[in-house]
Amino acid sequence: MSAAFKTRLDARFASLRTEGRAGLITFTTAGDPDAATSQAIMAGLPAAGADVIEIGIPFSDPMADGPAIQLASQRALKAGASLKKTLAMVRDFRRADDTTPVVLMGYYNPIYSYGVDRFLVDAKAAGVDGLIVVDLPPEEEGELCLPALKAGINFIYLSAPTSTDARLPAICRNASGFLYYVSITGITGTRSAEAGSVEAAVTRIRRHTDLPIAVGFGIKTAEQAAAIARVADAAVVGSALVETVRANLDGAGSAKPGCAEAVLNVVRELASGVRAARRKGAA
Amino acid sequence: MKPLNTYRAGPDEHGHFGIYGGRFVAETLMPLILAVEKAYAAAKADPSFDDEFRRYLKHYVGRPSPLFHAERLSAHFGGARIYFKRDELNHTGAHKINNCIGQILLARRMGKTRIIAETGAGQHGVATATVCALFGLPCVIYMGKTDVERQAPNVFRMKLLGAEVVPVTAGSATLKDAMNEALRDWVANVEDTYYLIGTVAGPHPYPAMVRDFQSVIGEETREQIMEAEGRLPDTLVAAIGGGSNAMGLFHPFLDDASVRMHGVEAAGHGIETGQHAASLTAGRPGVLHGNRTYLLQDDDGQITEAHSISAGLDYPGIGPEHAWLKDMGRVEYVSITDDEAVAAFQLCTQKEGIIPALEPAHALAHVGRIAPKLPKDHLIVMNLCGRGDKDVFAIAKRLGVEL
Repeated sequence: MSAAFKTRLDARFASLRTEGRAGLITFTTAGDPDAATSQAIMAGLPAAGADVIEIGIPFSDPMADGPAIQLASQRALKAGASLKKTLAMVRDFRRADDTTPVVLMGYYNPIYSYGVDRFLVDAKAAGVDGLIVVDLPPEEEGELCLPALKAGINFIYLSAPTSTDARLPAICRNASGFLYYVSITGITGTRSAEAGSVEAAVTRIRRHTDLPIAVGFGIKTAEQAAAIARVADAAVVGSALVETVRANLDGAGSAKPGCAEAVLNVVRELASGVRAARRKGAA
Repeated sequence: MKPLNTYRAGPDEHGHFGIYGGRFVAETLMPLILAVEKAYAAAKADPSFDDEFRRYLKHYVGRPSPLFHAERLSAHFGGARIYFKRDELNHTGAHKINNCIGQILLARRMGKTRIIAETGAGQHGVATATVCALFGLPCVIYMGKTDVERQAPNVFRMKLLGAEVVPVTAGSATLKDAMNEALRDWVANVEDTYYLIGTVAGPHPYPAMVRDFQSVIGEETREQIMEAEGRLPDTLVAAIGGGSNAMGLFHPFLDDASVRMHGVEAAGHGIETGQHAASLTAGRPGVLHGNRTYLLQDDDGQITEAHSISAGLDYPGIGPEHAWLKDMGRVEYVSITDDEAVAAFQLCTQKEGIIPALEPAHALAHVGRIAPKLPKDHLIVMNLCGRGDKDVFAIAKRLGVEL
């Protein structure tokens, strides 16, 4: 089923299809390492080659994340980040960019605490296109997925190597925007999947949905991103970017000059890898 | 609120107790959670599973645990007649082993070959390491670094039992972080690993399953008090961290309208200081570790650190069934400070010759509050859910004694 509305995500994936290439989805955590640097990174992402921007909502207990993104969350919270400020960051970004899709990714509690209805109104107004909420499987779709669809925001489901063919219809039932294939059984930023196993999984998922399929977890280099771009509709990179943030902090944990630029340089490399990869089957 | 016909029917098929509970986990884990649910339903319907469970409880754990009339403390408080349910006499020294026996039998039925668990005070870690030694399964215990330091004897016991103890440094380095880390391990080892959760929390079916295994406490109490007094107790009292010993005692009595129940949370330095672990008293509903329940959290929905002198109560959440029972008004939830618990710890030791764990010392401090005002024929049963050997170092430090 496709959603009854169109978002920037639909438009972006349509234009990628026309270009005959896969997209690059970048993940950085809102407010990491501080509000200004994080905003500067976000503002520079489209020009650096990010096709879709994922922004992490900082959370105290990121159960599905590895050390790199855990630390990014901690840095952001220490610097005063919150869900409210995350929305403000998107609003600010939208003043200069009304086409790059923005997806918020995080855990349910900050959203639940904010209030689902109020959150959806504010997220829509800020220019958020989609949501990825790690701890809301299809079994809990009444919490946020269905209300989000009513509010005109895509709810992006995760599918994992453990998601059997019997489960995929439930995952795809209310999925919209794109489907996010978690390529390993594990947490973010740890192991990397073989391109061959990813291709098999993408083929399997395709039988259940027409949505674009993005692949993430464990993609760190331009080569890995290119390998994924040959078999999927988008590659998601996160831990490698927040690691770059960490590598550009001074002893006190503050951003060194050039921190944002260093992250954007990594994005440029990844984007060149993704763009050079000719899609399998594409002319 | 209008009383229900039954308080024992929950959860529903989705694991909900009212608005609480549920299955808030990452997709990678969801198929495993469903497999555990299916395996547990099959085990429950199989009489041979219950036979095996009861056999280990009797011959390995040493159940039934006695119901002891604490005469000197009853006289000391000068009111109600106080009984202790002596779950501190179980093998490994606490109620935790009841649940571990049940879950390890389930893990074996599921063909799992590796066990992981989280622990706070170390009692659940020791109980898990124990059953893993008993059945020859490798075992990894996640424990907050702060807890590793303050519960050194239990860390050593786990290692003696052959477990690998992994100190967790993330976040506040206590029980909630240990649970995060166990979930991260599980998601990376879905094929062979079983996550043996130690309390009535986590995604469905854990809250119901752990409650069922712990309900042996209340079932025995019912028989024993009938034998001793010829009637049901008037008030049940138990300490609450995640809430498994309390749920085990309370659940078989929930539909006996005459039985009052008090769950005792840790007030740490005092509720007003913000340094406590009283999620029902001072938290609000949220979603963490697979379920919706009362949580200690800030205005932004970030989970805040809990504090208690008792590592076993030092958790910012609570089992979802307790959250529901609170809202329904069936169970009353109160809190006791570190200082009150330490005083009760000493009192119990001196008056009854029983060194209690700091967790039930909280329950006893509450008994000390209510007993004097109650008539002499009022029957209180308090769950003495753990022994205090593990706490003697912490108490010595507190009392300024060098060991």
